[in-house]
Amino acid sequence: MNTTNMLLATPELWVLTMACVILIVDLFLSKERRGIIHGLAMITLIFAAIITLRGNFIGDSASAELAFNGSFIRDSMGDVLKLFSFLVMGLVYVYAKFCLREFRMFRADFYTLSLFALLGVMLLISANSLVMVYLGLELVSLSSYALVAYDRDSRLGSEAAMKYFVLGSMASGMLLYGMSMIYGATGTLDLYQVSDAIQSMDSNDPLLIFGLVFLVVGLAFKLGVVPFHMWIPDVYQGAPVATTLFIASVPKMAAFAMAFRLLQTGMGELHTDWSQMLSILAVLSIALGNMAAIAQTNIKRMLAYSTISHMGFVLLGLLPGTASGYGAGMFYIIVYSLMSAAGFGMVILLSARGVEAEKLDDFKGLNQRNSWYAAVMAMVMFSMAGVPVFVGFFAKWLVIKSAIDAGLMWLAIVAVLFSVVGAFYYLRVVKLMYFDEPVTESRIDAPVDFRAAISLNGIMMLGLGIFSSSLIAVCMASFGG
Amino acid sequence: MASNWPILSLLIWLPILGGLAVIAVGDNRAQLARLLALVVSAATFVLSIMLFTGFDTSTAAMQFTEFKPWIETFSVNYSLGVDGFSVPLILLTSFFGVLVVIAGWESIQVKVNQYMASFLIMEGLMIGVFSALDALLFYAFFEAMLIPMFLVIGMWGGPRRVYATIKFFLYTFLGSVFMLIGLIYLYTQSGSWSILEWHQFPLELSVQKWLFLGFLAAFSVKIPMWPVHTWLPDAHVEAPTGGSVVLAAIMLKIGGYGFIRFSLPITPDASAALDWLIISLSLIAVVYIGFVALVQQDMKKLIAYSSISHMGFVTLGMFIAFGVFQNTESGRGAALGVEGAMVQMISHGFVSGALFLCVGVLYDRLHSRMIADYGGVANTMPWFAALAVLFFMANAGLPGTSGFVGEFMVILAAFQANFWYAFLAAVSLILGAAYSLWLVKRVIFGEVANNQVAQLEDINAREALVLGTLAVAVLLVGLWPEPLVNLMHVSVDQLLQHIQQPKFSAAGI
Repeated sequence: MNTTNMLLATPELWVLTMACVILIVDLFLSKERRGIIHGLAMITLIFAAIITLRGNFIGDSASAELAFNGSFIRDSMGDVLKLFSFLVMGLVYVYAKFCLREFRMFRADFYTLSLFALLGVMLLISANSLVMVYLGLELVSLSSYALVAYDRDSRLGSEAAMKYFVLGSMASGMLLYGMSMIYGATGTLDLYQVSDAIQSMDSNDPLLIFGLVFLVVGLAFKLGVVPFHMWIPDVYQGAPVATTLFIASVPKMAAFAMAFRLLQTGMGELHTDWSQMLSILAVLSIALGNMAAIAQTNIKRMLAYSTISHMGFVLLGLLPGTASGYGAGMFYIIVYSLMSAAGFGMVILLSARGVEAEKLDDFKGLNQRNSWYAAVMAMVMFSMAGVPVFVGFFAKWLVIKSAIDAGLMWLAIVAVLFSVVGAFYYLRVVKLMYFDEPVTESRIDAPVDFRAAISLNGIMMLGLGIFSSSLIAVCMASFGG
Repeated sequence: MASNWPILSLLIWLPILGGLAVIAVGDNRAQLARLLALVVSAATFVLSIMLFTGFDTSTAAMQFTEFKPWIETFSVNYSLGVDGFSVPLILLTSFFGVLVVIAGWESIQVKVNQYMASFLIMEGLMIGVFSALDALLFYAFFEAMLIPMFLVIGMWGGPRRVYATIKFFLYTFLGSVFMLIGLIYLYTQSGSWSILEWHQFPLELSVQKWLFLGFLAAFSVKIPMWPVHTWLPDAHVEAPTGGSVVLAAIMLKIGGYGFIRFSLPITPDASAALDWLIISLSLIAVVYIGFVALVQQDMKKLIAYSSISHMGFVTLGMFIAFGVFQNTESGRGAALGVEGAMVQMISHGFVSGALFLCVGVLYDRLHSRMIADYGGVANTMPWFAALAVLFFMANAGLPGTSGFVGEFMVILAAFQANFWYAFLAAVSLILGAAYSLWLVKRVIFGEVANNQVAQLEDINAREALVLGTLAVAVLLVGLWPEPLVNLMHVSVDQLLQHIQQPKFSAAGI
């Protein structure tokens, strides 16, 4: 096997190059012409997608290929997740451009930082060794910390960034500590070799189990599941909404990939151990996320708790350790990213000059102000609540199916019960938009690309639901299920 | 003439796409929205008539079947078909589709396009429920239907509409997620989502019982049965007239349809083992809720409770079959019970829909639903009074009206199962007469109660058309129920044969 094939990493190299190019180009641009940066970023994404797709035609898409001495892997799951990262990132840029302009924060830093974060996401998705996982993770995290503090004058933002940084570093430390233990126990960093090594040793080795526990803690923090969720509401609320939009969507796909690589590829032999841990995390997240969201009056915090519960559902897909379970989890995370992007996109849309529309009451009477945007938000909310035929239903259906397949009936029942609880606060948003009188009559205005993107994103909720077949097939095929 | 049309797909998608078109008309062209909605619903009704005329009543097999893979990875299919149970309900749905558009013509003045579109989309989804042969497709329609109703109650409803509509949504949602788990479990066992294949799929008794309870959670809320009925009076009272009509006339029937399509054939042995549960809940509904209806001050609430009581007859008629099998050789009484239940569903659709429309007529004029605010309406609105009395009589089960046929069949069947079932059910006829006629006495007859009533104007041509059509339907089913019974006869026989075969012996247990 040719394990030094750098061409496999072409999309990553392209994004890296372009991030540097943007960094330099910005030096020579006057304030008025910063739109070029946005254009360059979009071109970066489009070509990254094209390169990834071409790679699929050149290589054999079914089998995985390794590069960089086995620490980088190109496989079908990675490609699909990367493609969706580009798509969601494109939506993020379109939404963010409008928002940053409104808030007079339209600088190139947002683009460079988020492109580096995207690079981290891609590396994380393709990581096949513990070191690469850590590298990718840190690249995402460090860029995100800076993005949270992007609005220098905001006290909330700085506080959130500080909190995120301290807690995030601790989680990274935990993860690193766990990795070192696993390295100590198996003598290798390569995930394939870790898996081989575990097969030939006593699976009750305390070093190994401790390593696993620390890994799961680190993972849980990055996914944001209970009880490692504390940072999420504060960061979501404190960060500028453009950053929240990013943090809530793209890196989650990387976190899913990281969980798959570490737990299945590396520690698949210890499935019984980690699936128990994950089931506790899943139940707690689904329960607490859905219940705490009810009490929120700030839409960013509400969506934060909703994220926590969604991540619980993703774990539900991961924990059976079956191909169809991973496929379900992957479908869920992709769908979640799209829903989340649309949700925060709507928050941006309603933000009037310099004031974020972060109160739930800002959605009051939206149907009377503009019935199409109200319909978009309603579709997002019904999708998040898991009402058919919106795509969120199919995501929930698949993970619940995989849990029932694995004989975890009680988990499935807990999950559906709390999704009914969750339906309440999503319905409340619909109620505010449709049944209440508007508090302001100001016109909702946005540039044409924004309107196109949010409309497309909303229609996806319905379209991907009715025509969910091919995406489900792709996700399942990624794991040979 | 057009036997190779995908007529069921047309019936589902024409109103849905028509509804989207009505939304696209926009807020400020209300008249155009109304006309377009009328055209779409009328076209749907014509289509359903074609379905009826093309339907072959001599076979219990599914007809007009359509089949397309939907989610191939998990063998989910877009699979449609109708039998004798679904056709009458589809007809009822498309019939009311037209009526609610006409009924909302003048009384709805804000966001007309969204109102009309909600009803059209709801109509398409409900027809989807009645024709889906794939369980996931069924579930998708079953749940999606909640969204337009949620919006209808919440946007055009009364003062407590938000409470009522959220309660309605969450109640139904809670019930159906248990069914979803049951459906997924059946898929993991059988590898298929086809409802007809599930009918033949062998299951152990204990498993059947759990599945039965899952189905019960969904359908008992929908129909609704005591004690999970409490959402219904709230929803009915707060909903606009059109919403109440669709809720009472069609949505409740989906619960009954679910019992026939899912509970009885998929879990026949559990149905037999747990029939006491359903029968007791039905009898409680019939008797206790009858008493509750008697004391209501609000006309809509009274009709809502009367609906619950009448739905008790439906569940009773379906589940006494097992008792009848035990007591008699022929089992003919069982067929009577199920057919009675079906007739009762159709009849109650007409009658309750008509009653809500009657209340709507009064409400449009006086903006009150309280019985105490009325009195002597017959003096000022003679035409209206004549029709309303007919509908209340039908509600009380007067022979000659549709209300009589179903209740009589169910009671006859109940005699073959157990005398006391029949006795209690018959008692409710008295109760039904009591609350219906007492309402008539207080609202319609007597002296003119106040100035407002004295100034009432009689129904206009539009209202007369709606109520008149329903009066014809009520009398037609009452005097000549044979075509309706013929429609479902073969399907009922097949269902009853099927549920007598134990399923778990085939499982080799």
